[in-house]
This record gives sequence, structure tokens and C-alpha cells, in this order.
Amino acid sequence: MKNRNGLRYLALLGVLTLVIAACGDGGGGSAPEECEADEFGCVEVAAGEAIKLGSLLVTTGPNSSLGLDSQYGVELALDAWGTEGEFDGTNGQIKGHDVTLTSEDDGCSADGGTAGANKLAADSQIVAVIGTSCSSAALGVADKIFSDKGISIVSPSNTGPALTAEGTHQPFYLRTAHNDSIQGAAVANFAYTELGLRTAATIHDGSPYADGLQQVFADTFTSLGGTVTKQEAIQVGDTDFNPVLTDIATDAPEFLYFPIFVAEGGLITQQARAIEGLADSVLAGSDGMFTQDWIDAAGAENADGVYISGPDLASFSGDVDFYNDVFIPAYTEKYGAPQSVFHAHAWDATNLVLTAIDSVAIEDGDTLYIPRTALKDALYATSGFVGITGSLTCATTGDCQPSATIAVVTVEGGAFTEAVYSELGTLDS
Amino acid sequence: MTTNSTSSRNYRVLLERFPVRRTILIVLSVLIAYGVIAGTVATLQTGRFTTADWVSLFTAGVARGSVYAIIALGYTLVYGILFIINFAHGEVFMAGTFTAFFIAQALAGQGILNEYPIPSLILLFVVSSVVSMAVAVILERVAYRPLRGAPRLVPLITAIGASLFLEYTFRGFYGAQVRAYPNIDILQGNIIIAGFSVQKAQVLVTIGAVILWFSLFMVIERTKLGRAMRAVGEDREIAALMGINVDRTIVSTFAIGGVLAGAAGILFVQLFNSVFFFMGFFPGIKAFTAAVLGGIGSITGAAVGGLVLGILEAVGPILFLTGFGIPSPNQLQPIISFGILVLVLIFRPGGLFGAPDEERA
Repeated sequence: MKNRNGLRYLALLGVLTLVIAACGDGGGGSAPEECEADEFGCVEVAAGEAIKLGSLLVTTGPNSSLGLDSQYGVELALDAWGTEGEFDGTNGQIKGHDVTLTSEDDGCSADGGTAGANKLAADSQIVAVIGTSCSSAALGVADKIFSDKGISIVSPSNTGPALTAEGTHQPFYLRTAHNDSIQGAAVANFAYTELGLRTAATIHDGSPYADGLQQVFADTFTSLGGTVTKQEAIQVGDTDFNPVLTDIATDAPEFLYFPIFVAEGGLITQQARAIEGLADSVLAGSDGMFTQDWIDAAGAENADGVYISGPDLASFSGDVDFYNDVFIPAYTEKYGAPQSVFHAHAWDATNLVLTAIDSVAIEDGDTLYIPRTALKDALYATSGFVGITGSLTCATTGDCQPSATIAVVTVEGGAFTEAVYSELGTLDS
Repeated sequence: MTTNSTSSRNYRVLLERFPVRRTILIVLSVLIAYGVIAGTVATLQTGRFTTADWVSLFTAGVARGSVYAIIALGYTLVYGILFIINFAHGEVFMAGTFTAFFIAQALAGQGILNEYPIPSLILLFVVSSVVSMAVAVILERVAYRPLRGAPRLVPLITAIGASLFLEYTFRGFYGAQVRAYPNIDILQGNIIIAGFSVQKAQVLVTIGAVILWFSLFMVIERTKLGRAMRAVGEDREIAALMGINVDRTIVSTFAIGGVLAGAAGILFVQLFNSVFFFMGFFPGIKAFTAAVLGGIGSITGAAVGGLVLGILEAVGPILFLTGFGIPSPNQLQPIISFGILVLVLIFRPGGLFGAPDEERA
């Protein structure tokens, strides 16, 4: 009883605070009418203050190479903004205001996504967010938290189909990464047509990325005429996959597809090598494992011969010369050679956001007003925007990559090879 | 007032006639037994798995159970003498294993690892054990000794704090990446035992664990230190009066637990070649489960608990659940392991080898 009373007072206090805060905002009174009309109002950037962007990427833990690679892409894009692609070490400006970046970690999990998104969303000055790295950190979590607050979020590397599917798509969510309905189909075509294999098994880790991707793969593989013998699932954090692999090996599938992440992906790669029933099976993963860290985790001798799919960096259809001659040298000079494959998508995502802010921001003296819904609408109106990865046109479901080329590479001597297969896929809409 | 006390007396009489707790327990055990048996029969009827499959699942379970058992000894030793749960033990295990990784990598880089596998392995065992022992001893000195007189909840919270501290300290030292232990060629592949093909690494791990367990057993039962440890566990004050150096005995207990954890780590990486800063968490929790399952404080209990848990985890999901047509049964493996923990705590709070009435854990 006592406790409940306490809660009631707390709730009352919360309501009062909100009322006072609302009155305080109204008191300013000088905001342009676009802000009054906007459902979520404006971000008000006072004279001399900076426009704040957020990033919510996985920057610690076993999957950090995935997130850091995107983080560096974002930082470079901010640096090059307004200086015609020159990297001068200082962030560009929008209408006389600096742009700053506040970074949080998405932890590559729903928990991490919730914590990071809440932290960023609590800051009313955050205009837009680049993130998340992992679909699990976005789906139903970060995408919803930001959408509820009217903060636009553009992901450079979420590929889970559910994020932009009718019914689960959140209104303020967009992505520059390919949709896995392209990638899963490409891997299935590769296995069935290119390698000529007829039976396959899949393993996912319960994350929306892995589950969605293996399902697209399985559906495509089956429709091509192949047989999917088993679709298994494992626990993140487990280390012993002998039981699940033994189970799968009873059907001796020719192709074993486990599009999961670094830690478990490395262990499955090792342990599958020791299972006799899988001795002849071809192993494959996807972009969650497309990093040297996965090869290190699996051990080079085990990783050799495994196929990995991901965005084809060699067939970007956008500003390829800039990518090869300016971006990559600048990236390498500042951060070392890229450790993963989504830096270009992060660059494009950031430029989309900056361009949209520039187009909707209203100058009132030295103060800048950025209407939130108008910003979202500007992002969704993106059409034929030439980035590095291609010509970006954002669909109403948030997919800004209407087509993408997926490459399949393999591992030789502990390093990724050039693409052994490459396929251009288009989103059917 | 009178009606109140009458109704409560009636209630009590009713309770005595139909003991709710026991009724629930009986219903529960019947349901579980039915589920397990029905699932097993249904799975076996599918004929999906050959005897060789079951043997390979079983040996994988024995191997992982052996590692649990050796880590569990660390929990059990400390509990037996101090009655605290050292939740940082998983990180003691990680510390040695992760440090030895760098030696293993250097040895592999020089080709020494495969040229002289046995001396190399011994070196790895020594390095890992020494580091883990050092961490365990420092842990005792810094985190537990100042709290020796405090209520039991206090060292428990400290243990959780120490666990996080160690995890992130080692992340600072060695980075957040997952690293692969270099393979030792002579341990790759399978050998034939009694007509069944078994992974060599699993055989090595099981034999190694038996040797470690037996050495510990001899230390506890046959040496002066072992006698001192048992005496301190029995009654710390009387032991002190009998001239036993309690502090030194407790430090030795932590040191032995650390050595075992470090050695278990080298066994662990022969099975699962990955190391990273968080690697101690799940094995630590599983080993704790094993220790409780066997009866915390009992050395035999730790061994049996570890093996039972390992085997049930490996064989259980497939054997019990496949028959029901449950998709991806292996994802439900934690239900088996932690379900066992719950059941043991319900039916036998003292564990398999603990006193039945003991409810200290």
C-alpha cells in the first residue's frame, strides 16, 4: 500500500513536470508556424549552438568491428560535409551551425538498442540518429523509441527484412543498407545454381537479422527446387554447438548456411569441421561475419573455404571514383584499413540526413528551427540521390536501396578473397 | 478475534490433511517424468538418430561436463570453507585462459606448438594456472578478506562487482575481440574407441579432468593442508584454537580453486577454441549450477553434477524434445540446464551429494 502511494506521488510529480515543461516551451512564442504545425515540433538550435546528431552503433564487444566501421564512415561524412569532399579534420556546418555527433553503443542486442535509444531520445536536441548496426537493436526497439519521439533514424547496416516490412516498419525509420530479401535470395542462387548443391540446412541465433535472412534463403532455395533439411536455432553466448551440428549432420546437407555473428559464427565454423557428417558440407555465412575478427575467431585454417556474402564493394553504382580515390585513402589514413563492409552505407546515410536537414531547416535570425516531421518527409522524399553505394531512392517502407549487388567471397589463407560470385538484386515492391 | 483464530486453525488443519507443497511436488514430478519418457520414446521411434549419433552427443556432453566439473570445484571449495559463493570464479577461469592464449599464439607462430605439442601444452597449463591462481588470491585478499565478518549477502554482492571488474579489466588488457586458440594438430580428428568414432580433443579433456579431480581429492583427503581445509570448513574458530592458520588455509583454498580454473580453461579451449573477455560468464554460471546440482561443498558432488549437467545439456534437448516435433530443440537447451537447477532446489535443496535437509545454498 505504502509503495503504491509513493508511486502515485511520483506519477503526479511527473505529470506536473511535463505540464510545467510544456508551458515553458509555449512561453517562448517566437517559433515559426511550421513548428506549430509539425506534430513533433521543432528542434531549436540557438545562435552559436551546434546541431546534434546521434549515432547508435555497436562499438564494443565481439561485433565492434561492424559498428566501428560504420562509425568511421559517419565521422568522415561529417568531416567532409560542406568542404566538397575535403577532409580537413573539422566537421562541416549547416547554415552557420556546427554539426556534432553524440555516440551510443547498440550492443548488437535488443537490450543495448533500448538503452542507447532511450539515452539519445532523452536529449531533445538530437535531430536525427545514424543507427543501428544490428537489426536486433532496432526492430521494435530503437526504431519505435525514436519514431515515438519524432526522431529520424537511418541505419547503415540493418538488413533484417522485418524492419521495412508492412506492419512492423516504424514511421521514422529508414536504411541505406540492402534488404536481406535481396541477400538471402543471392546466397540461395549461389548455392543452387553456381555451386550446384541441392540440399541445405540453416542455423540462426534468434536475432531478427539471422532469422529473417535464413528464412529468405530457405524460401528461395526451396522455390529453386532444392531441399532445406533443417532450420536450426542456437543461443547467443553458447559455446558448444556439437549437439546442434550432430543433429543437422544426420541429414548430411550439402550446404550449411549460418548467417549469424562473430562469436558464435566462429565457434560453429570450428566445430563443424570436427563433425564427420559435415565433412563434405559447404559452409557459408553473411555480412554479420564479414570481418577479419570472425576469421580470427574461427581460426584461419577453419575459416578457409567458407563462403561469406555481403554488399559488393567493387560494384557500387554511385560515386565509385570518389570511393576508391578519396574516401578509402582518407579512411585508411585515419583509422587503418576498413575492417567491415558498411562504411560506405554509413557515409551515404549521414549525407542523406545532412542534406535533408539543410533543406528543411528554417533560419530565424541566428536561430535555426528544424521541424521533425518535415525532416522525416524530406528523407522519405529522397529520390535519385547519388551516394557512394548507388542511386538512393527511399521507398515508403524506409528502404533507400531499391537494388543492391551482393557479393559472395571466400577465405583463403586467413583472408577474404575477391568476389567469387556477384548478383544484382532488386526489391520487388 | 475469535472467528479469526478459529478460521485460521481450520485452515491449518486442512493444510495438515492436504499438504499443498507435497501435492504440488508430486504432480510436478509425475508431469516431468511423463514428459521426459514420452519425449524420449517418441524421439527414438523417429529413428532419425543412429547409435553413433547418440554416442557422439554423449561424448560431447561428457567432455563439456568434465570442464564444468573442474570449474565447479572452485565454487565448491570456497563454499565448503567460507560459505560464500564466489561469483567471480568464472572470471578467474577467463583470466588464465586468455593470458595463456598469447603464449599459445607465440608458440604457434614459431611452429613450436605442433612440433612439441606436449611440452607446449604443459607450458600453457602452467601459465594459465599461475595467472588464474594469482587472480584468485588477489581477489580473496582485496575483495573477500575485509568482509569476512560481514553478513553473507555482502560478499555475494562484492563477488558480482568483482566479476564485472575483472571482465572489463581484461577487456582493457586484451581487447574486446574474440580470438581463436591455435589448433594442435595431434588433437584434431577422431579416434575409434570401442567401435565408435570420438573426437580426440574430447578424450583429452575427459582424461585431463579426471586427473585434476583425482589430484584434488588426494590433496583434500591425504595432506595436512587438506585436513586444515576441512577443519576450517567445519568450524573456523575451533580450527584456529587448534593451531591452524586460518588465513593461510583460506588463501590456499582460493589458490587451489584458481589453479583448477586455469587448467580447466586450457581443457575448455581444446573443445571450443575461442577466448574473449566475456567467456567466463556462461561456463561460470553452468559450473555453479553443476556445483549446486551435486551438492555445493561436496567434491564428489561437483564432479557428478558437472557430468550430469553436461550430458543432459548435450543429449537432453534432442532426446526429450525432438519427439514432440519441437523445431530447433537445441535453442531450448538453457531450459534443460536451468530447469534442472530449479528442480534440484525444489526436491533436494542440498543437492545430490549434500545433506538432504541442508538449505544453506
